[in-house]
Amino acid sequence: MNTQDLQTEEETCGMSRRGFLGLLGKGAVCAGAIVGAVGAGSAIGASEAGSGKRAYQQNDKQFAEAVNNPPKIPEYNWNDHQWAMGVDTTRCIGCLRCMEACKMENSVQMDANHNRTWVERYVYLEGSNTALIDSQADPKNIANAGSETKFRFDNRYKDVKVEKAFFVAKLCNQCEHPSCVEVCPTGATFKSKDGPVLIDTTYCIGCQYCVQACPYGARSFNESRGTAEKCNWCYHRITKGLNPACVEVCPTGSRIFGDRNDPESPVSLFIRNNHVQVLKPEMGNAPNVFYVGLDKEVV
Amino acid sequence: MEHVFEHVTPFVGYVYPNETDFPWSQLIVIYPYITGLVAGAFVISSLHHVFKIKSFAPISRFALLTALCFMIFAPSPLLFHLGQPTRAFNAVITPHWTSAMAAFGYVAGFYLCLLILEVWFAFREDIVAMSKARSGIMGKIYGLLTLGSDDVSEHALAIDHKVARILSMIGIPAACGLHGYVGFVFGSLKSREWWSSDLMPVIFLLSAVGSGVGLVIVLYVIVSKYRKTPIIDETMRGLLYVMFTGVAIVMVIEGLEILEMFYKAREGVETVRELIAGPIWVGMYIQWGMSVFALLTTSALLLFNVHGKRLVTWLFLSGLAMMIGVLAMRWNVVIGGQELSKTMRGLLTFTPELFGRESLFTVLIISICPYILLFLITKLLPPWNEKIEPDHRVSEVQNLHRISLGMNQTQ
Ligand code: SF4
Ligand code: SF4
Repeated sequence: MNTQDLQTEEETCGMSRRGFLGLLGKGAVCAGAIVGAVGAGSAIGASEAGSGKRAYQQNDKQFAEAVNNPPKIPEYNWNDHQWAMGVDTTRCIGCLRCMEACKMENSVQMDANHNRTWVERYVYLEGSNTALIDSQADPKNIANAGSETKFRFDNRYKDVKVEKAFFVAKLCNQCEHPSCVEVCPTGATFKSKDGPVLIDTTYCIGCQYCVQACPYGARSFNESRGTAEKCNWCYHRITKGLNPACVEVCPTGSRIFGDRNDPESPVSLFIRNNHVQVLKPEMGNAPNVFYVGLDKEVV
Repeated sequence: MEHVFEHVTPFVGYVYPNETDFPWSQLIVIYPYITGLVAGAFVISSLHHVFKIKSFAPISRFALLTALCFMIFAPSPLLFHLGQPTRAFNAVITPHWTSAMAAFGYVAGFYLCLLILEVWFAFREDIVAMSKARSGIMGKIYGLLTLGSDDVSEHALAIDHKVARILSMIGIPAACGLHGYVGFVFGSLKSREWWSSDLMPVIFLLSAVGSGVGLVIVLYVIVSKYRKTPIIDETMRGLLYVMFTGVAIVMVIEGLEILEMFYKAREGVETVRELIAGPIWVGMYIQWGMSVFALLTTSALLLFNVHGKRLVTWLFLSGLAMMIGVLAMRWNVVIGGQELSKTMRGLLTFTPELFGRESLFTVLIISICPYILLFLITKLLPPWNEKIEPDHRVSEVQNLHRISLGMNQTQ
């Protein structure tokens, strides 16, 4: 692609992209406000009470405001960065604070069927050659926790002999060759220059072709807004120099984030110092989330 | 257990958490089904227009109208499905060309225009005749429909036929394109094992022709009974040939696809086996049962050289079987593909909703609409090549009726 092409692309997409960035920015402000107000109590419970039956951290009025009046993000040039994420599965303890943080930060629907990130548990019982898999969305885990809005794994393996067990955190891989972008009929989903794949929610028609096309099941559909949803590495945060919410809250440092253009960033070091793998490499998507400690059973 | 969200799809094994919210429902089942009927009906109408096969002459224009009526409703399931239907035209204004879906507006729009044009040229002579024979408001409507061109000289009619024929010739690859394209929408997704197959467009296309021929047979028989007109044996034989060819080829290719999947036996093939034995087994039985029935019946009809009433009955039944079988096949592909988890380690079981925007009720309404439209349109443009009677005969009957009523009142 030559410079002229880039320029024209910039011109055609510029408006909607800017709108989108702004939208994210406002979203963060609102979510932050609610978290702040609730303080040490259960933030999620409060947000449920605040927005009626459907639990959003950001109510529809705030959403509309963010769309119509996007705040500006100063001094950010997406040509200067190349974001990437690392997941060290050997450190993950399955506490699911990343999920809770993500749902709060990004106004993700609170039920078990809409997730921007989730955690899978792999358990090899003694003598078995295959792993048993579940995620926090498993009905038994929900029943055990008593609610879809409390993210917990149950203790179902306490009476059996476990040979090996580990957790794998999943999220959108912000692929280099994203299937979701390829199939989007309107261009509402696009690959940004700094890495993340973004959705312009003011342009998405809600056909869900992208939901079908993602090999990782990373996308979901927000019924009440009628548009597609997925992780964007908290674009509103990283453009301000912050870490994504999940990385911020992870107590074990299992999630690593940074700029690959900076050779000393945590993620550059993580990739340099480890044998990293990606999920489903055979799909040809070239993910930008790099894993350490994957297993043959990981789907 | 408290659920915040209502439409949860139950599953066994391990599926990605987001998969429990089913993306494409039964509306996307009938979308390829309806476009398939269009393609099939159009092919039948072209057999006369393009290849001049005489036996299809009596139903050629009827099949054309059928194709038009179904095409008009083909996009509606998609519109009902979109999360933001008011933005539907975004895909047309700023199409993102790497997406198979981006072309839909153009392909469908082009095809619809083509059908409308062809209908006009095929019916112009009748429209002109009717604008003269009818009086009152209907006369005016026909007058408008002529678009001011009321020349019915032999020369003008020859041009009409020629144009209709050319349109029809463009229409055959267009119909195949339209439907092969629908197959591509599914077949090109690498994320789903059950869809991602090079044979998908071919399977979609051939089964489309099968179901379309089935539709034309069923409608032709029903309409002839209703109008009390004879069912022409030669036409039925012609339909029989097309039907037999269609069913035979589609069964072979569908069989090959499944065989290949199991023979290659890539990772997760056990789950594919469980899918067939589990969530879609009813659909599979219907699809294959109906296809086998249609194949056996049409073979027998050919083998024993059956004509007359027996031909009508059995061909009608196999046409119906083909329509049902292909509908089941669409279900097995669209729903089955999503019931097989992307993890290849789990299966979901989809249960359609009965009422609501994306429900069986909507499907029912959308499926009935083309038939109603077809009924109305055949009233407006009778496709049967019969003599057009001036309508004073009708008014005479009405007058008689009125007079008799008046007499009743005076008594
Ligand atoms: S993981 Fe899925 S949603 Fe994310 S960029 Fe890749 S294909 Fe798109
Ligand atoms: S749902 Fe939206 S983002 Fe996804 S493919 Fe359709 S228009 Fe694009």
